[in-house]
Amino acid sequence: MTKYETVIGMEVHAELLTESKQFCGCANEPMAAPNTHVCPVCLGFPGSLPVLNGKSVDLSLRTVLAFGSKINTDCIFERKNYFYPDLPKAYQISQRLLPLGEGGFVEIEMPGEDGTTQLKRVGLHDVHMEEDTGKSQHGQELSDADSSLIDYNRSGVPLLEIVSSPDMRSVEEAESYMNTLRQMLLYLEVSDCKMEQGRLRFEASVSLRPHGQEEFGTRVEVKNLNSMKAVRDSLRAEIARQTQLLDSGATVTQQTMLWDEVSGTTQPMRSKEQAHDYRYFPEPDLVPLQIDEAWLARVRDSMPELPRVRRERFQSALGLSPYDAALLTTTRDIADYYEATLQSLDKADGAAKTVSNWVANELLGRLNAENKTVVESPVAPAQLGELVKLIGDGTISGKIAKEVFDAMFESGRDAKSIIEERGLTQMSDSGELEAICRRVIAANPKAVEDYKGGKEKSFGALVGGVMKETKGRANPALVNELLKKQLSQ
Amino acid sequence: MRLTPPEVDHIALLARLDLSPAERERAGAELSQILDHFEQLKELDTEGVEPTSHVLPVVNVLRHDEARPGLSREAALSNAPEQAGGMFQVPRVVEAE
Ligand SMILES: [Zn+2]
Repeated sequence: MTKYETVIGMEVHAELLTESKQFCGCANEPMAAPNTHVCPVCLGFPGSLPVLNGKSVDLSLRTVLAFGSKINTDCIFERKNYFYPDLPKAYQISQRLLPLGEGGFVEIEMPGEDGTTQLKRVGLHDVHMEEDTGKSQHGQELSDADSSLIDYNRSGVPLLEIVSSPDMRSVEEAESYMNTLRQMLLYLEVSDCKMEQGRLRFEASVSLRPHGQEEFGTRVEVKNLNSMKAVRDSLRAEIARQTQLLDSGATVTQQTMLWDEVSGTTQPMRSKEQAHDYRYFPEPDLVPLQIDEAWLARVRDSMPELPRVRRERFQSALGLSPYDAALLTTTRDIADYYEATLQSLDKADGAAKTVSNWVANELLGRLNAENKTVVESPVAPAQLGELVKLIGDGTISGKIAKEVFDAMFESGRDAKSIIEERGLTQMSDSGELEAICRRVIAANPKAVEDYKGGKEKSFGALVGGVMKETKGRANPALVNELLKKQLSQ
Repeated sequence: MRLTPPEVDHIALLARLDLSPAERERAGAELSQILDHFEQLKELDTEGVEPTSHVLPVVNVLRHDEARPGLSREAALSNAPEQAGGMFQVPRVVEAE
Protein backbone atom coordinates (compact mmCIF):
# COMPACT_ATOMS: atom_id res chain seq x y z
CA MET A 1 0.00 0.00 0.00
CA THR A 2 1.33 3.38 -0.96
CA LYS A 3 1.14 6.57 1.04
CA TYR A 4 -1.63 7.87 -1.15
CA GLU A 5 -5.27 7.14 -1.64
CA THR A 6 -6.44 7.02 -5.24
CA VAL A 7 -9.54 8.98 -6.20
CA ILE A 8 -11.15 8.21 -9.55
CA GLY A 9 -14.16 9.66 -11.32
CA MET A 10 -15.52 8.54 -14.69
CA GLU A 11 -17.25 10.19 -17.57
CA VAL A 12 -18.99 7.80 -19.88
CA HIS A 13 -20.36 8.58 -23.31
CA ALA A 14 -22.81 6.05 -24.71
CA GLU A 15 -24.17 6.32 -28.24
CA LEU A 16 -27.82 5.35 -28.13
CA LEU A 17 -29.44 2.53 -30.09
CA THR A 18 -31.73 4.54 -32.33
CA GLU A 19 -32.47 4.32 -36.04
CA SER A 20 -31.87 8.01 -36.63
CA LYS A 21 -29.80 10.81 -35.18
CA GLN A 22 -30.65 13.04 -32.21
CA PHE A 23 -31.95 16.06 -34.07
CA CYS A 24 -32.37 14.96 -37.71
CA GLY A 25 -33.54 11.94 -39.70
CA CYS A 26 -30.10 10.80 -40.86
CA ALA A 27 -29.35 7.15 -40.09
CA ASN A 28 -27.44 6.49 -36.87
CA GLU A 29 -24.70 4.55 -38.68
CA PRO A 30 -21.36 6.18 -37.92
CA MET A 31 -19.39 3.33 -39.47
CA ALA A 32 -20.88 3.74 -42.97
CA ALA A 33 -18.84 5.16 -45.86
CA PRO A 34 -17.76 8.72 -44.91
CA ASN A 35 -20.36 11.48 -45.19
CA THR A 36 -23.16 9.26 -46.48
CA HIS A 37 -25.52 9.96 -43.54
CA VAL A 38 -25.51 13.73 -43.44
CA CYS A 39 -28.00 16.55 -43.96
CA PRO A 40 -28.23 20.32 -43.44
CA VAL A 41 -28.99 19.86 -39.71
CA CYS A 42 -26.06 17.62 -38.79
CA LEU A 43 -23.73 19.56 -41.11
CA GLY A 44 -24.69 22.75 -39.31
CA PHE A 45 -25.97 24.60 -42.34
CA PRO A 46 -27.42 28.03 -41.53
CA GLY A 47 -31.20 28.05 -41.33
CA SER A 48 -31.58 24.37 -40.50
CA LEU A 49 -33.55 23.45 -37.40
CA PRO A 50 -33.14 20.52 -35.01
CA VAL A 51 -36.09 18.34 -33.93
CA LEU A 52 -35.55 15.99 -31.00
CA ASN A 53 -35.76 12.21 -31.44
CA GLY A 54 -38.49 10.84 -29.14
CA LYS A 55 -36.95 7.35 -28.90
CA SER A 56 -33.73 8.81 -27.66
CA VAL A 57 -35.55 10.54 -24.79
CA ASP A 58 -37.22 7.20 -23.94
CA LEU A 59 -33.87 5.40 -23.88
CA SER A 60 -32.31 8.15 -21.79
CA LEU A 61 -35.21 8.03 -19.34
CA ARG A 62 -34.88 4.26 -19.08
CA THR A 63 -31.27 4.75 -18.06
CA VAL A 64 -31.84 7.44 -15.44
CA LEU A 65 -34.69 5.39 -13.97
CA ALA A 66 -32.34 2.43 -13.68
CA PHE A 67 -29.82 4.61 -11.83
CA GLY A 68 -32.47 5.94 -9.49
CA SER A 69 -31.55 9.49 -10.43
CA LYS A 70 -33.75 12.45 -9.71
CA ILE A 71 -35.45 13.26 -13.00
CA ASN A 72 -35.76 16.85 -14.10
CA THR A 73 -39.20 16.49 -15.61
CA ASP A 74 -38.92 20.01 -16.99
CA CYS A 75 -35.65 20.09 -18.80
CA ILE A 76 -34.03 22.08 -21.52
CA PHE A 77 -31.15 21.83 -23.96
CA GLU A 78 -28.27 24.23 -24.02
CA ARG A 79 -25.53 25.17 -26.43
CA LYS A 80 -21.97 24.39 -25.47
CA ASN A 81 -19.84 26.66 -27.62
CA TYR A 82 -16.39 25.82 -28.91
CA PHE A 83 -14.56 25.72 -32.19
CA TYR A 84 -13.43 22.46 -33.66
CA PRO A 85 -13.82 21.23 -37.23
CA ASP A 86 -15.68 18.07 -36.19
CA LEU A 87 -18.36 20.32 -34.67
CA PRO A 88 -19.82 22.07 -37.69
CA LYS A 89 -22.25 24.36 -35.82
CA ALA A 90 -19.42 25.52 -33.51
CA TYR A 91 -21.63 24.41 -30.62
CA GLN A 92 -22.75 21.10 -29.26
CA ILE A 93 -26.33 20.75 -28.13
CA SER A 94 -26.08 19.43 -24.59
CA GLN A 95 -27.57 19.87 -21.14
CA ARG A 96 -26.01 21.50 -18.13
CA LEU A 97 -28.33 23.46 -15.82
CA LEU A 98 -31.20 21.00 -16.06
CA PRO A 99 -29.79 17.63 -17.10
CA LEU A 100 -32.33 14.83 -17.58
CA GLY A 101 -31.07 13.05 -14.46
CA GLU A 102 -29.28 14.23 -11.35
CA GLY A 103 -27.77 12.00 -8.70
CA GLY A 104 -28.48 8.29 -8.54
CA PHE A 105 -25.88 5.58 -8.33
CA VAL A 106 -24.39 2.45 -9.80
CA GLU A 107 -23.94 -0.39 -7.35
CA ILE A 108 -20.72 -2.31 -7.85
CA GLU A 109 -19.58 -5.57 -6.29
CA MET A 110 -16.10 -5.81 -4.85
CA PRO A 111 -14.49 -8.83 -3.20
CA GLY A 112 -14.28 -8.23 0.55
CA GLU A 113 -11.33 -9.27 2.73
CA ASP A 114 -13.00 -12.43 4.01
CA GLY A 115 -13.95 -13.64 0.54
CA THR A 116 -17.45 -12.22 0.71
CA THR A 117 -18.82 -9.75 -1.80
CA GLN A 118 -19.13 -6.15 -0.73
CA LEU A 119 -21.57 -3.80 -2.38
CA LYS A 120 -20.44 -0.27 -3.01
CA ARG A 121 -22.43 2.59 -4.45
CA VAL A 122 -20.71 4.82 -6.96
CA GLY A 123 -22.66 8.05 -6.96
CA LEU A 124 -23.60 9.85 -10.14
CA HIS A 125 -23.30 13.57 -10.56
CA ASP A 126 -25.63 13.78 -13.53
CA VAL A 127 -26.83 12.04 -16.67
CA HIS A 128 -27.49 14.24 -19.66
CA MET A 129 -28.49 14.06 -23.30
CA GLU A 130 -26.32 15.50 -26.03
CA GLU A 131 -25.13 14.88 -29.58
CA ASP A 132 -21.95 13.29 -30.82
CA THR A 133 -19.42 15.13 -32.98
CA GLY A 134 -17.99 14.14 -36.36
CA LYS A 135 -14.83 12.07 -36.61
CA SER A 136 -11.50 13.44 -37.75
CA GLN A 137 -8.36 11.85 -39.03
CA HIS A 138 -5.15 13.76 -38.65
CA GLY A 139 -1.79 14.33 -40.33
CA GLN A 140 0.29 11.26 -39.73
CA GLU A 141 -2.49 8.93 -40.86
CA LEU A 142 -2.82 10.81 -44.14
CA SER A 143 -0.62 11.58 -47.09
CA ASP A 144 -0.93 15.27 -46.32
CA ALA A 145 0.59 15.89 -42.89
CA ASP A 146 -0.81 19.42 -42.72
CA SER A 147 -4.46 18.60 -42.99
CA SER A 148 -7.24 16.80 -41.20
CA LEU A 149 -10.13 14.96 -42.84
CA ILE A 150 -13.62 15.06 -41.38
CA ASP A 151 -16.45 12.55 -41.64
CA TYR A 152 -19.78 13.84 -40.30
CA ASN A 153 -21.68 10.53 -40.17
CA ARG A 154 -21.27 10.57 -36.40
CA SER A 155 -22.23 14.22 -36.10
CA GLY A 156 -25.54 14.42 -34.25
CA VAL A 157 -25.68 10.78 -33.14
CA PRO A 158 -27.66 10.60 -29.88
CA LEU A 159 -25.34 10.51 -26.93
CA LEU A 160 -25.90 10.00 -23.24
CA GLU A 161 -23.21 11.26 -20.92
CA ILE A 162 -23.02 9.65 -17.50
CA VAL A 163 -20.84 11.58 -15.07
CA SER A 164 -19.88 9.84 -11.85
CA SER A 165 -18.83 11.42 -8.60
CA PRO A 166 -15.19 10.88 -7.62
CA ASP A 167 -16.23 7.84 -5.60
CA MET A 168 -13.86 5.16 -6.81
CA ARG A 169 -10.80 4.41 -4.73
CA SER A 170 -8.87 1.92 -6.84
CA VAL A 171 -8.34 0.78 -10.40
CA GLU A 172 -10.29 -2.37 -9.52
CA GLU A 173 -13.29 -0.31 -8.45
CA ALA A 174 -13.08 1.68 -11.66
CA GLU A 175 -13.04 -1.57 -13.65
CA SER A 176 -15.97 -2.95 -11.74
CA TYR A 177 -17.86 0.29 -12.31
CA MET A 178 -17.23 0.13 -16.06
CA ASN A 179 -18.27 -3.52 -16.30
CA THR A 180 -21.39 -3.00 -14.23
CA LEU A 181 -22.39 0.09 -16.16
CA ARG A 182 -21.78 -1.62 -19.49
CA GLN A 183 -23.86 -4.62 -18.43
CA MET A 184 -26.69 -2.32 -17.34
CA LEU A 185 -26.69 -0.40 -20.62
CA LEU A 186 -26.75 -3.68 -22.54
CA TYR A 187 -29.64 -5.05 -20.46
CA LEU A 188 -31.54 -1.82 -20.91
CA GLU A 189 -30.91 -2.05 -24.68
CA VAL A 190 -29.90 1.56 -24.59
CA SER A 191 -26.55 1.15 -26.36
CA ASP A 192 -24.75 -1.72 -28.05
CA CYS A 193 -21.68 -0.63 -26.08
CA LYS A 194 -19.20 -1.56 -28.80
CA MET A 195 -16.09 0.07 -27.42
CA GLU A 196 -13.97 -0.83 -30.44
CA GLN A 197 -16.35 1.24 -32.55
CA GLY A 198 -16.45 4.08 -30.05
CA ARG A 199 -20.14 3.43 -29.26
CA LEU A 200 -19.17 3.44 -25.59
CA ARG A 201 -16.32 5.70 -24.43
CA PHE A 202 -14.71 6.22 -21.07
CA GLU A 203 -12.75 9.13 -19.69
CA ALA A 204 -11.24 9.01 -16.24
CA SER A 205 -10.11 11.67 -13.85
CA VAL A 206 -7.52 10.64 -11.29
CA SER A 207 -6.05 12.31 -8.26
CA LEU A 208 -4.08 11.18 -5.24
CA ARG A 209 -4.21 12.37 -1.65
CA PRO A 210 -2.46 11.25 1.51
CA HIS A 211 -4.52 8.69 3.42
CA GLY A 212 -6.81 10.42 5.84
CA GLN A 213 -6.79 13.73 4.03
CA GLU A 214 -10.25 15.06 3.30
CA GLU A 215 -9.36 17.45 0.53
CA PHE A 216 -8.94 16.04 -2.97
CA GLY A 217 -5.61 16.28 -4.75
CA THR A 218 -5.17 17.93 -8.15
CA ARG A 219 -6.98 15.87 -10.75
CA VAL A 220 -5.76 14.85 -14.15
CA GLU A 221 -8.09 13.75 -16.91
CA VAL A 222 -7.12 10.77 -19.04
CA LYS A 223 -8.52 10.44 -22.54
CA ASN A 224 -8.12 8.27 -25.62
CA LEU A 225 -9.27 5.11 -23.88
CA ASN A 226 -10.82 2.78 -26.42
CA SER A 227 -10.90 -0.48 -24.49
CA MET A 228 -11.35 -1.66 -20.93
CA LYS A 229 -7.70 -2.65 -20.99
CA ALA A 230 -6.67 0.87 -22.02
CA VAL A 231 -8.59 2.29 -19.06
CA ARG A 232 -6.96 -0.12 -16.64
CA ASP A 233 -3.43 0.31 -17.99
CA SER A 234 -3.68 4.09 -18.29
CA LEU A 235 -5.00 4.47 -14.75
CA ARG A 236 -2.15 2.38 -13.40
CA ALA A 237 0.41 4.39 -15.37
CA GLU A 238 -1.12 7.71 -14.32
CA ILE A 239 -1.24 6.70 -10.65
CA ALA A 240 2.43 5.68 -10.83
CA ARG A 241 3.33 8.99 -12.49
CA GLN A 242 1.51 11.06 -9.86
CA THR A 243 2.94 8.98 -7.01
CA GLN A 244 6.43 9.62 -8.29
CA LEU A 245 5.76 13.36 -8.62
CA LEU A 246 4.37 13.63 -5.09
CA ASP A 247 7.13 11.46 -3.61
CA SER A 248 9.76 13.73 -5.10
CA GLY A 249 8.08 16.76 -3.56
CA ALA A 250 6.73 18.06 -6.86
CA THR A 251 3.11 18.96 -7.49
CA VAL A 252 0.62 17.52 -9.96
CA THR A 253 -0.54 19.92 -12.66
CA GLN A 254 -4.20 19.97 -13.56
CA GLN A 255 -4.29 18.91 -17.20
CA THR A 256 -5.63 16.48 -19.74
CA MET A 257 -3.46 13.52 -20.63
CA LEU A 258 -3.73 11.19 -23.59
CA TRP A 259 -3.10 7.49 -23.16
CA ASP A 260 -0.41 6.20 -25.48
CA GLU A 261 -0.89 2.47 -25.89
CA VAL A 262 2.48 1.96 -27.58
CA SER A 263 4.67 3.53 -24.91
CA GLY A 264 2.32 2.55 -22.10
CA THR A 265 2.37 6.08 -20.71
CA THR A 266 0.06 9.05 -20.40
CA GLN A 267 1.19 12.12 -22.31
CA PRO A 268 0.01 15.71 -21.89
CA MET A 269 -2.44 16.69 -24.57
CA ARG A 270 -1.13 19.60 -26.56
CA SER A 271 -3.84 21.67 -28.00
CA LYS A 272 -4.14 25.08 -29.52
CA GLU A 273 -7.51 25.16 -27.88
CA GLN A 274 -7.14 27.32 -24.81
CA ALA A 275 -9.36 29.15 -22.39
CA HIS A 276 -12.20 26.62 -22.20
CA ASP A 277 -15.16 28.83 -21.66
CA TYR A 278 -18.15 27.15 -23.22
CA ARG A 279 -20.61 30.00 -22.72
CA TYR A 280 -23.59 27.71 -22.24
CA PHE A 281 -26.97 29.21 -22.95
CA PRO A 282 -30.44 27.76 -23.62
CA GLU A 283 -30.78 26.34 -27.13
CA PRO A 284 -33.37 28.63 -28.70
CA ASP A 285 -34.11 26.13 -31.52
CA LEU A 286 -35.43 23.44 -29.18
CA VAL A 287 -38.45 23.89 -26.95
CA PRO A 288 -38.33 22.47 -23.40
CA LEU A 289 -39.15 18.90 -22.53
CA GLN A 290 -41.94 18.28 -20.09
CA ILE A 291 -42.05 14.71 -18.91
CA ASP A 292 -45.30 13.76 -17.22
CA GLU A 293 -46.21 10.76 -15.09
CA ALA A 294 -47.81 8.92 -18.04
CA TRP A 295 -44.61 9.19 -20.04
CA LEU A 296 -42.56 7.91 -17.12
CA ALA A 297 -45.00 5.05 -16.57
CA ARG A 298 -44.72 4.04 -20.21
CA VAL A 299 -40.92 3.99 -19.95
CA ARG A 300 -41.03 2.08 -16.67
CA ASP A 301 -43.20 -0.57 -18.35
CA SER A 302 -40.58 -1.03 -21.04
CA MET A 303 -37.80 -1.67 -18.53
CA PRO A 304 -36.30 -5.13 -18.24
CA GLU A 305 -35.26 -6.75 -15.00
CA LEU A 306 -31.78 -5.39 -14.25
CA PRO A 307 -28.77 -7.72 -14.01
CA ARG A 308 -28.33 -7.60 -10.25
CA VAL A 309 -32.01 -8.15 -9.53
CA ARG A 310 -32.11 -11.06 -11.94
CA ARG A 311 -28.96 -12.54 -10.43
CA GLU A 312 -30.47 -12.38 -6.97
CA ARG A 313 -33.69 -13.95 -8.18
CA PHE A 314 -31.75 -16.82 -9.79
CA GLN A 315 -30.19 -17.46 -6.39
CA SER A 316 -33.21 -17.03 -4.15
CA ALA A 317 -36.01 -18.42 -6.33
CA LEU A 318 -34.10 -21.02 -8.34
CA GLY A 319 -31.46 -22.00 -5.80
CA LEU A 320 -28.46 -21.36 -8.04
CA SER A 321 -25.05 -20.66 -6.58
CA PRO A 322 -23.80 -17.04 -6.73
CA TYR A 323 -21.25 -18.14 -9.32
CA ASP A 324 -23.80 -19.84 -11.60
CA ALA A 325 -26.26 -16.99 -11.17
CA ALA A 326 -23.61 -14.46 -12.17
CA LEU A 327 -22.54 -16.54 -15.16
CA LEU A 328 -26.08 -17.05 -16.43
CA THR A 329 -26.88 -13.34 -16.15
CA THR A 330 -23.71 -12.17 -17.90
CA THR A 331 -25.92 -10.99 -20.75
CA ARG A 332 -29.64 -10.61 -21.04
CA ASP A 333 -29.65 -13.09 -23.94
CA ILE A 334 -27.99 -15.83 -21.89
CA ALA A 335 -30.39 -15.28 -18.99
CA ASP A 336 -33.35 -15.30 -21.41
CA TYR A 337 -32.10 -18.53 -23.00
CA TYR A 338 -31.69 -20.16 -19.61
CA GLU A 339 -35.17 -19.18 -18.46
CA ALA A 340 -36.78 -20.21 -21.74
CA THR A 341 -35.17 -23.65 -21.42
CA LEU A 342 -36.37 -23.94 -17.85
CA GLN A 343 -39.88 -22.90 -18.83
CA SER A 344 -40.08 -25.62 -21.49
CA LEU A 345 -39.54 -28.13 -18.68
CA ASP A 346 -42.44 -26.90 -16.57
CA LYS A 347 -40.20 -26.63 -13.53
CA ALA A 348 -39.38 -30.25 -12.86
CA ASP A 349 -37.49 -30.95 -9.63
CA GLY A 350 -33.83 -30.04 -9.80
CA ALA A 351 -34.25 -28.76 -13.32
CA ALA A 352 -32.89 -25.30 -12.44
CA LYS A 353 -29.51 -26.71 -11.49
CA THR A 354 -29.38 -29.28 -14.30
CA VAL A 355 -30.27 -26.75 -16.96
CA SER A 356 -27.79 -24.31 -15.43
CA ASN A 357 -25.03 -26.90 -15.89
CA TRP A 358 -26.04 -27.60 -19.47
CA VAL A 359 -26.18 -23.96 -20.44
CA ALA A 360 -23.08 -22.86 -18.53
CA ASN A 361 -20.81 -25.78 -19.35
CA GLU A 362 -21.92 -27.42 -22.58
CA LEU A 363 -23.73 -24.72 -24.51
CA LEU A 364 -21.64 -21.67 -23.61
CA GLY A 365 -18.49 -23.75 -23.94
CA ARG A 366 -19.36 -24.80 -27.50
CA LEU A 367 -20.55 -21.31 -28.42
CA ASN A 368 -17.41 -19.64 -27.10
CA ALA A 369 -15.23 -22.11 -28.96
CA GLU A 370 -16.98 -21.12 -32.18
CA ASN A 371 -17.09 -17.43 -31.33
CA LYS A 372 -20.88 -17.39 -31.38
CA THR A 373 -23.35 -15.68 -29.10
CA VAL A 374 -26.26 -17.46 -27.50
CA VAL A 375 -28.64 -15.86 -30.02
CA GLU A 376 -26.80 -17.77 -32.73
CA SER A 377 -27.08 -21.09 -30.88
CA PRO A 378 -28.01 -23.94 -33.25
CA VAL A 379 -29.80 -25.57 -30.31
CA ALA A 380 -33.00 -23.78 -29.34
CA PRO A 381 -34.05 -23.55 -25.65
CA ALA A 382 -36.96 -25.98 -26.15
CA GLN A 383 -34.56 -28.47 -27.80
CA LEU A 384 -32.17 -28.32 -24.86
CA GLY A 385 -35.18 -28.65 -22.57
CA GLU A 386 -36.20 -31.86 -24.33
CA LEU A 387 -32.70 -33.28 -23.94
CA VAL A 388 -32.77 -32.58 -20.21
CA LYS A 389 -36.20 -34.21 -20.01
CA LEU A 390 -34.92 -37.34 -21.76
CA ILE A 391 -32.12 -37.64 -19.20
CA GLY A 392 -34.57 -37.09 -16.36
CA ASP A 393 -36.97 -39.83 -17.47
CA GLY A 394 -34.17 -42.31 -18.04
CA THR A 395 -34.43 -42.49 -21.83
CA ILE A 396 -30.73 -41.73 -22.12
CA SER A 397 -27.87 -41.63 -19.67
CA GLY A 398 -26.07 -38.40 -18.81
CA LYS A 399 -23.01 -39.63 -20.61
CA ILE A 400 -24.87 -40.40 -23.82
CA ALA A 401 -26.58 -37.04 -23.49
CA LYS A 402 -23.28 -35.27 -24.15
CA GLU A 403 -22.88 -37.19 -27.37
CA VAL A 404 -26.46 -36.33 -28.32
CA PHE A 405 -25.88 -32.67 -27.45
CA ASP A 406 -22.80 -32.53 -29.68
CA ALA A 407 -24.84 -33.92 -32.55
CA MET A 408 -27.64 -31.45 -31.87
CA PHE A 409 -25.18 -28.57 -31.83
CA GLU A 410 -23.70 -29.65 -35.14
CA SER A 411 -26.95 -30.39 -36.94
CA GLY A 412 -29.57 -28.30 -35.15
CA ARG A 413 -31.74 -31.44 -34.99
CA ASP A 414 -33.92 -32.58 -32.09
CA ALA A 415 -32.55 -34.91 -29.43
CA LYS A 416 -35.23 -37.56 -30.05
CA SER A 417 -34.47 -38.05 -33.72
CA ILE A 418 -30.72 -38.34 -33.02
CA ILE A 419 -31.31 -40.86 -30.23
CA GLU A 420 -33.59 -42.96 -32.42
CA GLU A 421 -31.32 -42.83 -35.44
CA ARG A 422 -28.24 -43.85 -33.49
CA GLY A 423 -30.00 -46.31 -31.18
CA LEU A 424 -28.80 -44.54 -28.07
CA THR A 425 -31.75 -45.28 -25.84
CA GLN A 426 -30.67 -46.28 -22.38
CA MET A 427 -30.73 -50.02 -21.69
CA SER A 428 -32.98 -50.54 -18.69
CA ASP A 429 -33.99 -54.08 -19.53
CA SER A 430 -32.66 -56.07 -16.57
CA GLY A 431 -32.77 -59.37 -18.40
CA GLU A 432 -30.46 -58.16 -21.15
CA LEU A 433 -28.20 -56.31 -18.71
CA GLU A 434 -28.00 -59.28 -16.33
CA ALA A 435 -26.47 -61.37 -19.09
CA ILE A 436 -23.92 -58.71 -19.90
CA CYS A 437 -23.00 -58.27 -16.22
CA ARG A 438 -22.44 -61.99 -15.93
CA ARG A 439 -20.17 -61.97 -18.99
CA VAL A 440 -18.14 -59.07 -17.60
CA ILE A 441 -17.74 -60.75 -14.20
CA ALA A 442 -16.57 -63.94 -15.89
CA ALA A 443 -14.07 -62.08 -18.03
CA ASN A 444 -12.52 -60.17 -15.09
CA PRO A 445 -11.64 -62.69 -12.35
CA LYS A 446 -8.87 -60.46 -11.00
CA ALA A 447 -11.17 -57.48 -10.44
CA VAL A 448 -13.77 -59.72 -8.84
CA GLU A 449 -11.17 -61.18 -6.48
CA ASP A 450 -9.87 -57.72 -5.54
CA TYR A 451 -13.36 -56.44 -4.92
CA LYS A 452 -14.21 -59.35 -2.72
CA GLY A 453 -10.89 -58.78 -0.90
CA GLY A 454 -12.10 -55.30 0.02
CA LYS A 455 -10.87 -53.14 -2.86
CA GLU A 456 -13.93 -51.06 -3.61
CA LYS A 457 -12.19 -49.48 -6.57
CA SER A 458 -12.28 -52.68 -8.55
CA PHE A 459 -16.02 -52.37 -8.68
CA GLY A 460 -15.58 -49.37 -10.94
CA ALA A 461 -13.61 -51.46 -13.40
CA LEU A 462 -16.53 -53.90 -13.64
CA VAL A 463 -19.03 -51.07 -14.20
CA GLY A 464 -16.70 -49.71 -16.87
CA GLY A 465 -16.68 -53.12 -18.51
CA VAL A 466 -20.47 -53.16 -18.74
CA MET A 467 -20.55 -49.63 -20.10
CA LYS A 468 -18.02 -50.59 -22.73
CA GLU A 469 -20.04 -53.59 -23.77
CA THR A 470 -23.21 -51.48 -24.04
CA LYS A 471 -21.47 -48.46 -25.61
CA GLY A 472 -22.45 -46.37 -22.60
CA ARG A 473 -26.14 -47.05 -22.97
CA ALA A 474 -26.64 -49.09 -19.82
CA ASN A 475 -28.60 -47.48 -17.02
CA PRO A 476 -25.82 -46.91 -14.45
CA ALA A 477 -28.01 -47.35 -11.38
CA LEU A 478 -29.32 -50.64 -12.68
CA VAL A 479 -25.81 -51.85 -13.54
CA ASN A 480 -24.65 -51.09 -9.99
CA GLU A 481 -27.56 -52.98 -8.55
CA LEU A 482 -27.17 -56.01 -10.82
CA LEU A 483 -23.39 -56.29 -10.34
CA LYS A 484 -23.67 -56.03 -6.56
CA LYS A 485 -26.35 -58.71 -6.54
CA GLN A 486 -24.34 -61.08 -8.71
CA LEU A 487 -21.09 -60.50 -6.79
CA SER A 488 -22.75 -61.24 -3.46
CA GLN A 489 -24.09 -64.55 -4.69
CA MET B 1 -19.39 48.74 -15.95
CA ARG B 2 -16.36 49.05 -18.17
CA LEU B 3 -14.78 45.95 -19.76
CA THR B 4 -11.00 45.93 -19.54
CA PRO B 5 -8.93 45.47 -22.74
CA PRO B 6 -7.79 41.98 -21.63
CA GLU B 7 -11.44 41.00 -21.13
CA VAL B 8 -12.26 42.20 -24.62
CA ASP B 9 -9.31 40.23 -25.99
CA HIS B 10 -10.50 37.10 -24.20
CA ILE B 11 -13.99 37.38 -25.64
CA ALA B 12 -12.55 38.05 -29.10
CA LEU B 13 -10.42 34.93 -28.78
CA LEU B 14 -13.42 32.81 -27.75
CA ALA B 15 -15.30 34.06 -30.80
CA ARG B 16 -12.21 33.66 -32.99
CA LEU B 17 -12.34 37.33 -33.98
CA ASP B 18 -9.19 39.13 -34.99
CA LEU B 19 -9.86 42.72 -33.96
CA SER B 20 -7.89 45.77 -35.04
CA PRO B 21 -7.11 48.28 -32.25
CA ALA B 22 -9.98 50.50 -33.43
CA GLU B 23 -12.42 47.55 -33.54
CA ARG B 24 -11.27 46.48 -30.12
CA GLU B 25 -12.01 49.93 -28.76
CA ARG B 26 -15.46 49.96 -30.31
CA ALA B 27 -16.33 46.39 -29.22
CA GLY B 28 -15.24 47.22 -25.70
CA ALA B 29 -17.53 50.23 -25.55
CA GLU B 30 -20.50 48.36 -27.05
CA LEU B 31 -20.12 45.31 -24.84
CA SER B 32 -19.87 47.58 -21.81
CA GLN B 33 -23.13 49.20 -22.82
CA ILE B 34 -24.81 45.81 -23.01
CA LEU B 35 -23.54 44.94 -19.56
CA ASP B 36 -24.81 48.26 -18.26
CA HIS B 37 -28.22 47.41 -19.62
CA PHE B 38 -28.16 44.11 -17.74
CA GLU B 39 -27.13 45.93 -14.58
CA GLN B 40 -30.28 47.96 -15.01
CA LEU B 41 -32.38 44.81 -15.49
CA LYS B 42 -30.89 43.34 -12.34
CA GLU B 43 -32.65 46.06 -10.35
CA LEU B 44 -35.95 44.28 -11.02
CA ASP B 45 -37.23 42.09 -8.21
CA THR B 46 -37.32 38.57 -9.66
CA GLU B 47 -37.81 36.79 -6.35
CA GLY B 48 -40.02 33.74 -6.91
CA VAL B 49 -39.97 34.04 -10.69
CA GLU B 50 -38.97 30.87 -12.58
CA PRO B 51 -36.02 31.39 -14.94
CA THR B 52 -37.27 31.74 -18.50
CA SER B 53 -35.43 29.76 -21.12
CA HIS B 54 -38.01 30.03 -23.87
CA VAL B 55 -40.85 32.40 -24.58
CA LEU B 56 -42.98 30.04 -26.68
CA PRO B 57 -45.76 28.21 -24.82
CA VAL B 58 -44.78 24.96 -26.53
CA VAL B 59 -43.15 21.84 -25.09
CA ASN B 60 -42.22 18.34 -26.30
CA VAL B 61 -41.74 18.81 -30.03
CA LEU B 62 -40.53 15.34 -30.91
CA ARG B 63 -39.70 13.38 -34.00
CA HIS B 64 -40.42 9.70 -34.73
CA ASP B 65 -37.23 7.67 -34.72
CA GLU B 66 -37.18 6.97 -38.42
CA ALA B 67 -34.15 7.18 -40.68
CA ARG B 68 -34.58 9.16 -43.85
CA PRO B 69 -32.10 9.81 -46.62
CA GLY B 70 -30.22 13.07 -46.23
CA LEU B 71 -27.92 14.69 -48.74
CA SER B 72 -25.88 12.73 -51.22
CA ARG B 73 -22.19 12.81 -50.45
CA GLU B 74 -21.56 14.82 -53.61
CA ALA B 75 -24.11 17.43 -52.57
CA ALA B 76 -22.80 17.53 -49.01
CA LEU B 77 -19.25 18.13 -50.17
CA SER B 78 -20.12 20.45 -53.04
CA ASN B 79 -19.39 23.66 -51.12
CA ALA B 80 -16.31 22.38 -49.33
CA PRO B 81 -13.23 24.39 -50.29
CA GLU B 82 -11.20 21.19 -50.14
CA GLN B 83 -12.06 17.52 -49.97
CA ALA B 84 -10.29 14.16 -50.12
CA GLY B 85 -11.56 10.58 -50.04
CA GLY B 86 -15.18 11.62 -49.56
CA MET B 87 -14.24 13.75 -46.55
CA PHE B 88 -13.99 17.42 -45.75
CA GLN B 89 -10.37 18.52 -45.77
CA VAL B 90 -9.38 21.20 -43.27
CA PRO B 91 -6.12 22.61 -41.94
CA ARG B 92 -4.62 20.24 -39.43
CA VAL B 93 -6.16 20.75 -36.00
CA VAL B 94 -4.14 18.70 -33.58
CA GLU B 95 -0.44 19.34 -33.25
CA ALA B 96 1.85 16.37 -33.61
CA GLU B 97 3.79 15.29 -30.57
ZN1 LIG C 1 -28.61 14.83 -40.51
